[in-house]
Amino acid sequence: MNQKQLETWAPWGLLVATLLIWQAACSLFNVSEFVFPSPLRIWEQMVEYRDVIAGHAWRTFWVTMVGFGIAIVVGVLLGFVIGSSRLAYAAVYPLMTGFNALPKAAFVPILVVWFGIGVGPAILTAFLISFFPIMVNIATGLATLEPELEDVLRVLGAKRWDVLVKVGLPRSMPYFYGSLKVAITLAFVGTTVSEMTAANEGIGYLLISAGSAMQMGLAFAGLVVVGAMAMIMYELFSLIEKHTTGWAHRGSQNH
Amino acid sequence: MTASPEHFVDFQNVWLAYNESLLADNHFAVEDINLQVKQGEFIAIVGPSGCGKSTFMKLTTGLKKPSRGAIYVDGQPVNGPLKISGMAFQSPSLLPWRTTLDNVLLPLEIVEPYRANFKAKKAEYEARAIDLLQTVGLGGYERKFPWELSGGMQQRASICRALIHEPKMLLLDEPFGALDAFTREELWCTLRDLHAMQKFNVILVTHDLRESVFLADTVYVMSKSPGRFVVKRDIDLPRPRDLEVTYTPEFTHIVHELRGHIGAMRRDGANIGQ
Repeated sequence: MNQKQLETWAPWGLLVATLLIWQAACSLFNVSEFVFPSPLRIWEQMVEYRDVIAGHAWRTFWVTMVGFGIAIVVGVLLGFVIGSSRLAYAAVYPLMTGFNALPKAAFVPILVVWFGIGVGPAILTAFLISFFPIMVNIATGLATLEPELEDVLRVLGAKRWDVLVKVGLPRSMPYFYGSLKVAITLAFVGTTVSEMTAANEGIGYLLISAGSAMQMGLAFAGLVVVGAMAMIMYELFSLIEKHTTGWAHRGSQNH
Repeated sequence: MTASPEHFVDFQNVWLAYNESLLADNHFAVEDINLQVKQGEFIAIVGPSGCGKSTFMKLTTGLKKPSRGAIYVDGQPVNGPLKISGMAFQSPSLLPWRTTLDNVLLPLEIVEPYRANFKAKKAEYEARAIDLLQTVGLGGYERKFPWELSGGMQQRASICRALIHEPKMLLLDEPFGALDAFTREELWCTLRDLHAMQKFNVILVTHDLRESVFLADTVYVMSKSPGRFVVKRDIDLPRPRDLEVTYTPEFTHIVHELRGHIGAMRRDGANIGQ
């Protein structure tokens, strides 16, 4: 097995090893499944409640994607404004940093008052937690434009808009895709946290209800599912990133 | 003050301070620049580093406005970026997400009248860009990305980009500074041939005296703080010039003379007579 194959299989190997140790520890020390269920038990529960879990997972998935979609639109627009105008940067950035420092879970009760129990708070929490990295990355990509690249166009009499469209935006694409990978995982966190208190559906709700019924296996199954969804979306964006902005990652591709 | 009709580039007592407070302190980056360039003339500006050569370039392109004095290019006062000029820098500054061909085509997407019909005439423009790339020895590299080319090849592409919209004036800011000696001499010849063929004006900023003497019709020597033109030297070597000319006594004599001016400035600071 060469180095490359080894790298491909390494994460799976680690996963299997972790599961084996986990299972062995649970069996060996006879840990109660109400305290810490074994992987086998989680798997059994997952199969037993597959329809219930699938329903909740689907709800969490689409709610997250809606919130994430809004985050992309708002994040890109705000990042565009902040990155292309120094005044806007100076005015908006400190406020945004302050806002981002607030724990988003603390917004959920307020959102419930405004929108009631259901999809509203979940979508908005996913949005609030995930638009910040997108905005910051687009703004950074635009603001750190090399003056030489800009001058190339400016000596031709290019307008600010030309410079933004021909140089600024393509150049910030690697930053954008990088931020999507961070933002999508955050969006799942936002949705799940919100569903835990402000919904009657979704993985977050499933976690709370399974926990209160002492069905630890089911709760863990919910965790596994939400983790898997976030990971799949992360890998999807990394794939898109590789295919669209390969020029920015040439160092790692042995060119 | 008005433009003198017989001069393509005309600097009349140009002073520039980078900002208001420097202006109040009478601290200028360049001082009292007077310069008249004929149509089709190739001029070179040499001087120690930090003498304001790049500032001079920014003035010529209209990226900076003079604090005092006036600049005319092609009979028009310079108030903003000129569309009739092309520019190449020390770093090739090609856009890494575009192929070499698309990089060269970039000015046509910006400058009128090409911009208006860029989509319709794209095939024609592409053919033109490929032709131009071929004349500088980049035939077959059109679809490569800049980072797949060597430094010298990138610089060639950058010069093609500066020329694709057929500018009347080519501005070169130490374009060969980062290249090895052999590649640099090769590109001198490329530039010499392009200039002979297309008859555009060239303003070349460099710190390589041999380069300036080999390529230019007139060499200006700039002093450091304040940035002033202190010497104007006409180069009367016959054209077309072959690289062999750089090994003749006449050539060496001129280079030596210019070297003397710069050496004197480095010893005495700026206090040398005109």
